[in-house]
Amino acid sequence: MSEANGNSKSRLHGLWALTNRELKKWYKAPVIFLLSIIQPILWMGLLGKAMNVGAIFSGSSIPMPQINPPLTLPQLQQLGSYFAGLQSNIMQGAFNTTDYFSFMSVGMIAFTALFTTMFSGMSVVWDRRLGFLNKALSTPVSRAVIIFSKVLSATLRSIFQAGLIIVIAVAFGLQFGPNFNLLNILGVFAILFLICVGLSSVFIAITIRSTRIETPMAVVNLINLPLMFASNAFFPTKFMPDWLQAIAKVNPLTYTTDAVRQLLIFNTDWAQLAVDFTYVGIFAVVAATIGIVLSWRFLTK
Amino acid sequence: MSEEVIKTEGLTKVFNKHLTAVDHVSFSVTHGEIFGFLGPNGAGKTTTINMLITILKPTEGKASVLGFDIAKQNNNVRNVIGVVPQEYTADEDLTGLENILLCADMYGISRKVAKERAQDLLNLVELTDFKDKKVQTFSGGMRRRLELACGLVNRPKVLFLDEPTLGLDVQTRTATWNYIRKLKKEYGMTLFMTTHYLEEADALCDRVAIIDHGKIVVIGPPEDLKHGLGGDLITLSIKEDVDVAESIQKIEHVKDVKKDNGSYRIKAEYGEITAPLIIEALRKKGHTVTKLSLTEPTLNEVYLEYTGKSMRDAEESREAFAAQRMAMRRAHQ
Repeated sequence: MSEANGNSKSRLHGLWALTNRELKKWYKAPVIFLLSIIQPILWMGLLGKAMNVGAIFSGSSIPMPQINPPLTLPQLQQLGSYFAGLQSNIMQGAFNTTDYFSFMSVGMIAFTALFTTMFSGMSVVWDRRLGFLNKALSTPVSRAVIIFSKVLSATLRSIFQAGLIIVIAVAFGLQFGPNFNLLNILGVFAILFLICVGLSSVFIAITIRSTRIETPMAVVNLINLPLMFASNAFFPTKFMPDWLQAIAKVNPLTYTTDAVRQLLIFNTDWAQLAVDFTYVGIFAVVAATIGIVLSWRFLTK
Repeated sequence: MSEEVIKTEGLTKVFNKHLTAVDHVSFSVTHGEIFGFLGPNGAGKTTTINMLITILKPTEGKASVLGFDIAKQNNNVRNVIGVVPQEYTADEDLTGLENILLCADMYGISRKVAKERAQDLLNLVELTDFKDKKVQTFSGGMRRRLELACGLVNRPKVLFLDEPTLGLDVQTRTATWNYIRKLKKEYGMTLFMTTHYLEEADALCDRVAIIDHGKIVVIGPPEDLKHGLGGDLITLSIKEDVDVAESIQKIEHVKDVKKDNGSYRIKAEYGEITAPLIIEALRKKGHTVTKLSLTEPTLNEVYLEYTGKSMRDAEESREAFAAQRMAMRRAHQ
């Protein structure tokens, strides 16, 4: 019957059209586009450079005790170089890299993914309020496609931003790990794809029945920053108290950030990388399944 | 031959288990007609349309569009209908053309076909000159026309219009009516529309159903409904505070007299002859007629006859309506 209508469709028809609609709101709006570029730079500058963790452990930041008789100059130099070596030892032990900026700027990638997917969840509420959702629901486009277009657009945005973060971070002095090559970047995009699918499905599940922006906003704000800081994005989990470590251990952002670090700046631990991918992959599949089931059930007027 | 395009049987929607928005509504719409759903705000018009366009599941009852069950074969229904919603649903950040193409994509129409149709539709609704402008720069009338174009992109056999002229000024409203008439003529479509403008239903619809509190109170062609009232309407007031209904009733051609807020609503055949007779008769009894008007029946009189209140009064109970709508919103959450 649809042939008579000039329609030829697969189950996924409309997916790219709806995804591109979301993306156009971003790349066709210069201000929003610019802000999404500036934001990671700001954060990297503020957190990565202002929190100069490495400097804390440098010889110059440790006042030398006054010892009688006073140390001779060669002794002082010796002590200085001992502390200097200590600094990189401490950094290596704590962060797995000698440069906190490298550690942190890579953590930014997961951070950006979290915020971008959050806004894709919010756009479901806007579509409902402005009537666009009703319009889409009255067409034969699959309900799952409506949801998945949001997921996909958030994912593509995040991947673009991640690429940008890497470029900017390199300009600011990111040090790649010993076995880094360009293929690793693809690995970063892959793990990012998985986490974005998972996170935006979760956020959409929160917003799917909402007609007001305030309620999901409050919920999302409540979980967002704890999710961020109860992960290894800014600080290694091993120095956290036990209860926080327990949260960080189930937090998919921890695994995402670890995977990105393994790929970019660490001396890659392939077994750990496999664990990271498996964990985030399972999270993505479970969350997306829940999202799609909810969309069949609850995506009505 | 009259082919049933839309058919409902006992269609019911209850929100939140106690708020009955649509109450056992049964009607059918035949091929090629413009069918109007008329009623005050909150009467259940939009809820009915939302069930027919498959975005709301009925609580009870059945309905079909072109033979497809709205609950079981909803995707078939979606393929053959076009929808022009009450709100402006076009994406403000996209241009007019992009919006039409987006709609086409949601129907799975190939890009080539979509572009041809978009061009035709932009011509039809006279938006060709604005097709590359962002929708946020459009006026209300232009947006409404764009919605119309979007609703037509899949060449629907049935077009649903929910309050197509809500919030438009008089000229734009008349222009929209012309588009709707053109659509019916050019595409031979069946149109289902809701409105709370009586004159709009009168001017456009082949048949109307008057709906109140979720129930259909009367259904038929506007002409028949008006004639069914049995004549013209004379409204008069007298100076004295006495009930003269009985003496008016005795006058020739007078069919019915109702006292309503201190004035008399008199139904009479040959109103232009009967009115002077009434004035004469009242004067003889020593009463002074202060006001008199003579109207041929409109749908408002039909509405009044069947619901016991004027459509405008019904509209005035907006607070009650607002409360109801809030309750419905909450029920959705």
